[in-house]
Amino acid sequence: MAALTVLGSQLFQLPGGDIFSQILTLIIYAFIFISIFYGQRIQLYIMLREVEGSLYKLKYIRDEGRRIAIETIKEIGKPQTDPTARVDRFLEYFTIAPQSLDPAGVVWKLEHILDVRDARFKDEVKLIAPAADETQANNLENTLEAAMALNYIYKVIRHYYLLGKKTLSLYIIMQIQMILPLVMREAEAYASALKAFAYGQPIGDGVGALVAAKLMHGRPIRKLPKDCVVAEVLIEGRTAYVIKAEGPGGNVGKPGDAIKTIIEENEGKIANIIMIDAALKLEGEEVGEVAEGVGAAIGGPGVDQFKIEETILKYRIPINAVIIKEDIGDAVSPMRKEIFEAADKAIERIKQVILERTKEGDKVIIAGVGNTIGIGQ
Amino acid sequence: MSRSENKSSAATRVSSFVLLIIFVTLALALAALVLAIYLYNTAPEIAVYWLLLGFIGLALSTYVLFQTRQRILRLRIETPPITTTIECRKCGFKSVREFQRGDYVFKEVEPCQKCNEKMIITAIYREVREKSKTPSFPY
Repeated sequence: MAALTVLGSQLFQLPGGDIFSQILTLIIYAFIFISIFYGQRIQLYIMLREVEGSLYKLKYIRDEGRRIAIETIKEIGKPQTDPTARVDRFLEYFTIAPQSLDPAGVVWKLEHILDVRDARFKDEVKLIAPAADETQANNLENTLEAAMALNYIYKVIRHYYLLGKKTLSLYIIMQIQMILPLVMREAEAYASALKAFAYGQPIGDGVGALVAAKLMHGRPIRKLPKDCVVAEVLIEGRTAYVIKAEGPGGNVGKPGDAIKTIIEENEGKIANIIMIDAALKLEGEEVGEVAEGVGAAIGGPGVDQFKIEETILKYRIPINAVIIKEDIGDAVSPMRKEIFEAADKAIERIKQVILERTKEGDKVIIAGVGNTIGIGQ
Repeated sequence: MSRSENKSSAATRVSSFVLLIIFVTLALALAALVLAIYLYNTAPEIAVYWLLLGFIGLALSTYVLFQTRQRILRLRIETPPITTTIECRKCGFKSVREFQRGDYVFKEVEPCQKCNEKMIITAIYREVREKSKTPSFPY
């Protein structure tokens, strides 16, 4: 007992004669005590504050997105009534993916759901903006979709923030704090996309469509299902069917259906298919780098890729891909100069592929994939 | 098109309570520094503590104030200038101007100033000035 008293008096003895030294020692003891018992909680509050800061930014971006969408609708669509309430309703739209417990036929179910969604969006835009022409309506649809994505991101982050605050669970907060830099990058990309869509400026994702447009410009074109156009172009003695989504409105079309139509029109006698698309670059790679490979270069929910693969398998047609690298921010924001210039490099690469992989008189399909906003033909 | 649009919203506003705390801390820190100067000749060992306290207070309040300002600056959606290039396919005359709503690649625009042939838009892009060209990882 005596030993414990001595130990205690030595441990908690405040060294130094003056009051400031004693206060400093007490502060150090308090700091150690707080770190041991409340360290995790302090860490939790620091993380919560970090998430809160990002949430403020997301809210600002979301509100700006909504404001830009409403202003653009008022400017272009000339609605009779205030579109705010309708826009707010639009921002809350959702799409339920089809059940895939029995995966057979799920692609067609998904396609149907996406078609219904697309038709619903188009109808809604027509109602909100009656004065908008087809190109403007497509751009407005894209603007609203970007605003919708921002609204969704904000709501999900807010959900986890409030859940973490309510439960004070370090793991909930930690998860959201860890992915936050990537989420913020995506949100910032959508924010810059909003302006591009509202003004009808070409975006980085449209570089595939730009390549096709450069190849087909000045040639007679005809429409293909769905929302696509095709032109017959002579390249190095081969007949090339150049396909792209119909511009200049914001539109990706259905390249799967378009390629299938051309293959069937030619009874499968296609020597090669070359697809051009923008692809996400890895950190350290240059923006606008052109790379070549095989396979169907097309993003999205996978319906078009599935259709293309089904058709080329049926007729055993080889498929090549030329991609132009960019990051997520570049893909949805106004097209960078490097990406624009990469279109000419991609054309050179396409010609090289045609020369190496086909012979004179052959027929090839060149499909430029991506959102054709701000790109005519 | 404006370079940046910043509308005052709840996200950009700084709480007046936070500002009050910052300025009170700043005032107390300055008072501690003044006290330290006064005490320097009579009790230098105590003056050192006041000096330390003053500097810590000053550093903390300016840091928080700076961070608050940074948050407002970060909350801006930058819209970079977009360039439209117009070209005459006949004589090769080229002109560059700022993007206007309704512009799109391969759109026919006004006649050429030289040959009166219709000009077309051949490029629309934005130029990005990289902050640092040298990568931090040398490979």
